[in-house]
Amino acid sequence: MIAALIIVFREILEAGMIVGIVLAATRGVVASRLWIAGGIAAGVLGSFVAAACIGVITAAFSGMGQELLNATILSIAVVMLATHNSWMSRHGRDLARHVKATGEAVSAHRKSLAALAIVVGLAVLREGSEVALFLYGSIAAGGSSALSMMAGGMLGLASGAALTVLTYFGLLRIPGKLLFPVTSALITFIAASMAAQAVFFLEQAGVVTTLAATAWDSSGLMPQDGFTGSILHSLIGYNDQPSWMQVAVYILTVFLISCLMRVFRSHSSRLIQRAISGSHLPVAR
Amino acid sequence: MRHHLLTVMVTASVLLAIASPASAAEVEISLKSNGFSPAEVTVPAGEAITLTVRNLDATPAEFESKELKVEKVIAGNSSIVVKLRPLKPGRYVFFDEYHEDVAKGTLIAK
Repeated sequence: MIAALIIVFREILEAGMIVGIVLAATRGVVASRLWIAGGIAAGVLGSFVAAACIGVITAAFSGMGQELLNATILSIAVVMLATHNSWMSRHGRDLARHVKATGEAVSAHRKSLAALAIVVGLAVLREGSEVALFLYGSIAAGGSSALSMMAGGMLGLASGAALTVLTYFGLLRIPGKLLFPVTSALITFIAASMAAQAVFFLEQAGVVTTLAATAWDSSGLMPQDGFTGSILHSLIGYNDQPSWMQVAVYILTVFLISCLMRVFRSHSSRLIQRAISGSHLPVAR
Repeated sequence: MRHHLLTVMVTASVLLAIASPASAAEVEISLKSNGFSPAEVTVPAGEAITLTVRNLDATPAEFESKELKVEKVIAGNSSIVVKLRPLKPGRYVFFDEYHEDVAKGTLIAK
């Protein structure tokens, strides 16, 4: 039972944290809970479908279907996270300052919310399908152990949900002014981590072969599947044996998202300045 | 005309290169009653390896190895193919993540 609990918890750790971070990042945004719940529901549904079709998926692309599907899911999530951070760096501060949201800001929030709901759905889909397969296997194995495995699995899911709650409330303890920069930074690191994981699957599929050598091995110091290692892996993408390509893509993703955020932010301050100087936008009195 | 011929030749050689990858050593292991057989398999070091893992159980498994950088689900009664890049001599542990306590094996590159 404990083994099942640990396996399921380890599988959903990352998705659980992502949901917690997204919940904190969208706190106070109209309908955000509905969007996120929708993302989770779609992810769970997708998990069952993917688990049921695992044979077909595996056989696709000359046996490399699983790898390419994982890499695709992760890449889409990275683009969504980058988009969210860019939009929010333009409009997030309006929200933080309780400035009356302009029409453009409202529509940006809605789009950003959709982007995050997709990320949540994809994260749940990717890890949920493995949980679904594991639980299916436990039931199919039958015998007296099936029941205790199922119980362990359910406890694992519950611990994952508890982690989401913990992440959410932990982030909410951060003072309001800092919450936005902190969640933006976390989202940037999660995106970089996902990009590096996409590289892992492309390397496994034999699509990416350059810079494949292991950059470092810190598995003796801090194993990735240990307690601290798992949490750091979920939060910032800690990897105890990355390839040089994974390291490069991680750094590049952080760099690109930071640049995008800066570009969008400077654009937004120019707009605000123009609004204040009253050149063409009416200023509320 | 010559230009076209060149294009055709280049295309053909690229296609051939894709169709016939450099020869890889082939190794096969199977998973039954949540155990690998053989649990220890020796492969030549410095050579690309095509590893086939057959799951003879009816339940799914997840073949995983951090050292070999592999993570792949195997449905019940089916198999997966894993392409390994040339390995340095050494021992590489692999396991079935769904039954890590019992299903473990080692790949030895010599």
